[in-house]
Amino acid sequence: MISYWSHIGPTVGASFLASMVEFVEALTVVLAIGTTRGWRSALAGAGIALFVLALLVLALGPALATIPLQPLQLVIGVLLLLFGMRWLRKAILRSAGVIPLHDESAAYAKQTAAMRATPRATTAWDSVAMLGAFKITMLEGIEVVFIVIALGSGGAGLLGSAILGAAAALAVVIALGLALHRPLSRIPENLLKFIVGLLLSAFGTFWTGQGLGIPWTGGDWSIMTLVAGFAFAAGLALVLAHSARRRQRAGEAA
Amino acid sequence: MNVVRAIIAELVALFVDDWTFAAAVLAWLAVVGLFARTISVPSFWHGIVLFGGLAGILIESVTRRAGTP
Repeated sequence: MISYWSHIGPTVGASFLASMVEFVEALTVVLAIGTTRGWRSALAGAGIALFVLALLVLALGPALATIPLQPLQLVIGVLLLLFGMRWLRKAILRSAGVIPLHDESAAYAKQTAAMRATPRATTAWDSVAMLGAFKITMLEGIEVVFIVIALGSGGAGLLGSAILGAAAALAVVIALGLALHRPLSRIPENLLKFIVGLLLSAFGTFWTGQGLGIPWTGGDWSIMTLVAGFAFAAGLALVLAHSARRRQRAGEAA
Repeated sequence: MNVVRAIIAELVALFVDDWTFAAAVLAWLAVVGLFARTISVPSFWHGIVLFGGLAGILIESVTRRAGTP
């Protein structure tokens, strides 16, 4: 039996934040394509991709419900764990200055230059613009589909919550894109990735444990303990990364 | 075809960008799976061992990468 708040709240939150990160990245490229090559083809490409992605969720989500819960939790748990810990690791390395932060303005400038360099279409539909918008929306959207399906397959009622979180993120990003007409570079992408990494790592650990037959003390509420545990580990990793970086710089200077 | 290839590459990259890190996580899950079935300790410890190993892998991987030029 799923406790309502221990599962539904984090599911909606994780789905919303993770989808927000992906949609912001897609919006940057669609904006660049629309501005340089015209909105009709750019929006058509993005729209077709969103339609395909929605079909994927509607097809895969209910299909997963037919698989027995324990093996499903193991597979989804392992995938969520790999996905979540990868995001968490990357966010820590970016915070520590080991790898550069993602820059939406730079991505926008690069995409705009690439689109300007490509010859203009002579027909009503610009295939370069359409394919470019389709590709980026599919690439980023596939990650959203995985997150929604993974979070939604942990128990009854969770798929709707995960879809709700992703749909809300899409609505927010579209609204901001329409209002601002420029990349959403002020959104703290790395902080979002850090929080999502914590949540997905906790969910992944919990479900992998369930799949392995490990009984969690505290039941579903263990997810909150795991979030706190991963936050502590990530904080410690960040401190150690700063320290390793200082030692490395001192070694280079000497 | 390029779009399909890009989507497949993106799918793999969803889960793995450092193969050592991903392999360590999978190896730890296998160890804990075996441990949970063969070693008789109070069940409370299974979750702690699972989480502890994952946290350790995260910390080690971040620290190692930060110390690499």
